[in-house]
Amino acid sequence: MHRFANPVRFLRIARPATGWLLGLGLVLSAVGVVGALFLMPRDYLQGETVRILHLHVPAAWLGMSGWTGIAVASLAQIVWRHPLAGVAARAIAPVGALFAFLCLATGSIWGRPTWGTWWEWDGRLTSMLVLFFLYLGYIALSAAERERGPDARAAALFGLVGAINLPIIHFSVQWWNTLHQGESIELTGTSIAPSLLWPLPFTMLGFSALFAAAVLLRMRAELAETRIEARLRRAAAE
Amino acid sequence: MNQWVFVLAAYGVTLGGVAGLLGWCLAACRRAETRAERLGRRQ
Repeated sequence: MHRFANPVRFLRIARPATGWLLGLGLVLSAVGVVGALFLMPRDYLQGETVRILHLHVPAAWLGMSGWTGIAVASLAQIVWRHPLAGVAARAIAPVGALFAFLCLATGSIWGRPTWGTWWEWDGRLTSMLVLFFLYLGYIALSAAERERGPDARAAALFGLVGAINLPIIHFSVQWWNTLHQGESIELTGTSIAPSLLWPLPFTMLGFSALFAAAVLLRMRAELAETRIEARLRRAAAE
Repeated sequence: MNQWVFVLAAYGVTLGGVAGLLGWCLAACRRAETRAERLGRRQ
């Protein structure tokens, strides 16, 4: 991991990787969206609204993965003082926040015709809403202490402590008797018919690639802004 | 209400949100890298 501690080496890999991830993400997402909207049959019970789940599941996965990334980067920042860890965590935060919001929004839109309500204070929905607020808190905190540089620790600690919410989200459907259904896809198998399931891997991988591309773009922008600040400071000193 | 209204609303919010995010990230990255390069050349 320390091989990439050098921003120059990181940028040499990040620049071409951004284009590849963007291209791959757009193609896979397009296949998944077209498949889910037009090629897949309607569900016998849910009807057309089953098509929303092909967006809701990747959004939930990426909202939670984003905070996992923030927690890992925060750990790397606190323990190993990795120079890019803080940059990575700050880059992930707005992207993860958007996907957490999309998870809540698509879930709410699906819930209205299926459950008969836009919102219910059940374990899964509430813990996901808490995750979205944690993202907003992290964005505000990291922006406030960004000028302190690598010594800034409050956001990193917040990132680590906030990870407690991830198992709560995951196990909420088992711990509480909630409106939200349990896992439909597990490592051992799935209860979803293959004819309804096939677009899901495309949207999962496609949105994951777009997520990664957006994080790399945010990291490149922050590294360029750091270079600008250093050059302006040097010019002012001369 | 027709179920397709809900389906299209979900796809509109998601695709619009992701497109907006990527546009914002691309524009910010391009602006910052162009400015950094220009400053580097000037110095």
